[in-house]
Amino acid sequence: MSRFLLPIIVFAVMIPVFIIGLGRDKSELPSPLLNKKSPQFELPSLQEPDVTVGSADYAGDITLVNVWATWCAGCRTEHGYLMNLAARGEVPIFGLNWRDQRTPALSWLRQLGDPYVKTAYDEDGRVGIDWGVYGAPETFLLAADGTVLYKHISPMNEQVWTEEFLPRIQAARGSK
Amino acid sequence: MHRLVVTLAIAFLSVPVHAIDAGQAFEDPEMQARYESIISEVRCLVCQNQTIRDSNVFLASDLRREIRRMLEEGLTDAEIADFLVARYGDFVLYRPRMSGKTLILWVAPLLLLGFGGIVVVRVLRRRMSMPIDDESDQAAV
Repeated sequence: MSRFLLPIIVFAVMIPVFIIGLGRDKSELPSPLLNKKSPQFELPSLQEPDVTVGSADYAGDITLVNVWATWCAGCRTEHGYLMNLAARGEVPIFGLNWRDQRTPALSWLRQLGDPYVKTAYDEDGRVGIDWGVYGAPETFLLAADGTVLYKHISPMNEQVWTEEFLPRIQAARGSK
Repeated sequence: MHRLVVTLAIAFLSVPVHAIDAGQAFEDPEMQARYESIISEVRCLVCQNQTIRDSNVFLASDLRREIRRMLEEGLTDAEIADFLVARYGDFVLYRPRMSGKTLILWVAPLLLLGFGGIVVVRVLRRRMSMPIDDESDQAAV
């Protein structure tokens, strides 16, 4: 009897391990920045190259930082939703234009609308590296003190907003 | 026919294009060796089964640039690895470091080997203690 029992036990243990392993999306990595202070930065503004935009601009409020670029298809997908979110005015959205070119980025905002309070222009991707960005669109949720509460990779939409962002925003506001 | 010849000529005469900045990054051969060994151990997160040495997506070239900068600034290999792990997590290193989260990766092979060893020893012991039945074999023939 025991010679059959052991393989059955091993089988019973392995199956859930495999099911969990196969169901996980391994391309989406947890950010090591979670629950840490978001990296400080200063960059030129996308709209005005002489003006500096940086982490100091959004200190003191719960904020979204959205990483986007004109070459990124997912960014176009989520843009309408970001416009909607900006219109609702629940949280300010800051843009980090990542590894992009100014002219197409500006015409993108002109054509599709500008949901961002301010947009920083990260031409060579150095700030992107500090933030651990590897696939736009990425959206960070920052607490009032700059702590990274959540990071979402791939386009934003209402479902992600209500399931992942809202509860964290409410918790952060409630704990104050 | 003409067109085919031209097409083949173009196909075979074209020089492979290397978009990756694989050239010498450092004059000093020792620095170059360190640079190459680091970039062969860092995962490109956009194309997750390639190192940043083999990838030409811009994130890989950005990371190569940052690694070159850090080497020039005199950072040690461990400090450069810390920089990458702090931003991208353990997954960015092809050889993850020993930590609470990655311990299972390092210990699992040893555990499995040990488990297999115990099974083999137990099976062999049991077989050795069985009576050797030569005579009954011969009787059957």
